[in-house]
Amino acid sequence: MAQSKTQFGYRRHPDQDRTGADLAEYHVVVVGAGPVGLSLAIDLAQRGQPVVLLDDADRIGEGSRAIMFSKRSLEYWDRLGVGNRMVGKGVGWSVGKIFHGASLLYQFNMLPEGGHKRPAFINLQQFHAEAYLVDRVQELSAIDLRWRNKVIGMDQRNDHVVLTIETPDGSYRMRASYVAACDGARSSLRQMVGAEFKGQVFEDQFLIADVKMTAEFPTERWFWFDPPFHAGRSALLHKQPDDIWRIDLQLNRYADSAFEKLPENVRPRIARMLGHDKFDFEWISLYKFQCRRMEKFIHGRVIFAGDAAHQVSPFGARGANSGLEDAENLAWKLDRVLRRISPEALLESYHIERSATADENIRESTRSTDFMAPNSHQEARLRQAVLSLARETEFGKRMINAGRPSVPSIYDSPLSTADCDAWRGGPRPGASMLDAPIAARSGSSSYLTDAFIKAGTRFTLLEFTNGAAVDSPEGLGVIRIGGNDGFSDCEGLVRSRYDAEPGTAYLLRPDGYVAARFRQPTRSALEGALARATGIN
Amino acid sequence: MALSTSSNFAKPDDAFRAVVEAHRGLNDEQSAALDAALVLILANHIGDLEVLREAIALAQRRMLAAGQQQQQQQ
Repeated sequence: MAQSKTQFGYRRHPDQDRTGADLAEYHVVVVGAGPVGLSLAIDLAQRGQPVVLLDDADRIGEGSRAIMFSKRSLEYWDRLGVGNRMVGKGVGWSVGKIFHGASLLYQFNMLPEGGHKRPAFINLQQFHAEAYLVDRVQELSAIDLRWRNKVIGMDQRNDHVVLTIETPDGSYRMRASYVAACDGARSSLRQMVGAEFKGQVFEDQFLIADVKMTAEFPTERWFWFDPPFHAGRSALLHKQPDDIWRIDLQLNRYADSAFEKLPENVRPRIARMLGHDKFDFEWISLYKFQCRRMEKFIHGRVIFAGDAAHQVSPFGARGANSGLEDAENLAWKLDRVLRRISPEALLESYHIERSATADENIRESTRSTDFMAPNSHQEARLRQAVLSLARETEFGKRMINAGRPSVPSIYDSPLSTADCDAWRGGPRPGASMLDAPIAARSGSSSYLTDAFIKAGTRFTLLEFTNGAAVDSPEGLGVIRIGGNDGFSDCEGLVRSRYDAEPGTAYLLRPDGYVAARFRQPTRSALEGALARATGIN
Repeated sequence: MALSTSSNFAKPDDAFRAVVEAHRGLNDEQSAALDAALVLILANHIGDLEVLREAIALAQRRMLAAGQQQQQQQ
């Protein structure tokens, strides 16, 4: 069975000798060095914020856990400087197949069009992702990562938080202007603020086994309803790097979990599925799902992100990916508030945007779970009707719900400026920017998402030239398409994906979402949109 | 109201009969399965969530009322 992949050392910090009025003070302390906390810390550090990152363990967790990382997450990790390593190691895929019994029912492609830098998804064990993020953290002197530092007390004052932290050398305290709680589904910070974590518990149990074997299955997501090797229930097969395969088998709600997760009891189930016994176990886990969220993601100066704030069933890959979206949403806002260039009220938009997304993720993953594990005889009949209709109707195929994989949400946000021009397409305000291929004047080709990073991952104007220079506010990044000094729209996909005409401009937020768009932007319109998007107006 | 409840068939008896005949010879389990498929096929044909929701509400309302009537008669 897998051991922890990476071990880190606890080191005593001089802060641990400071007491009373002499406590160390920091702008932002991130609690939890999982994918969300690590990414948030890197993002803040790249924006120039010193960050203390605390974790109660001293190693990266066992088991592959989250394995599907979305295109959106990869684009975020590109901005954090770790995208190439993730994609280099991960298994890219975009095709999913759904089987009923022994036969193929339906096949879908998550990213049927070309012209994107990143695939729809990669599969990558969470421990690999965390290891790469830790490597990146160690390149950034602005991040002070402290292992075996467990927050055991939190005292909120008017303008700061006092944290009490336990270490192998005893406890110490520090002050923080803001605390980002990324400490997972069992968040102890959530308990410290006394917040409820409300939602639905699902009774059905699922067995997850990561097995090591060499196999020639294609790199696709295969999902079975009622397969011959696991009658009456569902099964999933998915490839990870290192010849590891994720197998997910639905068990019944009365299964004895201690018995079911013994390797000698899992082995015959997997052997029936694969038709052979030539595999080793890497990780076995048995669990039930919960779908729940905090009512408020912000409690005073403590801001919750990732599983600490919201939890979903794994079908749809909406857990880690939505946590990473939390991080990218929060980092730039917190940075602006700490710099005092935006009012504290800007943070409220984090709660508004991300809690609405949490609701959407909970709704989607609840529907998937209910489809896989019907709650009544009639629900089972309706599902059976869908599966049998899918054999000869398109609508039946589309109704099959074996997990609706994560795509970026569209924010209904106070930061967005409503369209006042006519658009036939393109990402509307509140939607995420779309990638497309571009070429520099030198001829070298890249992508719009690369150009966004080069422009500084800040408020950026994506403009389609009409010969006249846009009179834009100071401090904006610029991506110019066309003209003598702009990028060439080498495949015409930027224009079509953005419904662009000469003069069109999109104002992108630092997290790559569209704040506003104009057919012919004026300086005052841009200033107004910028003020709104930064919480100033 | 988006749901049409006026009579839409020239010969309503034919429509009722077609559904009844589809269930002839089926046990309850088979009938329930047939109905499940039929509901989904017709819902997709209508293709309007609002109409579907109104239809569900009407069916629920009448089921509830019918249940109450039955109780009163007993």
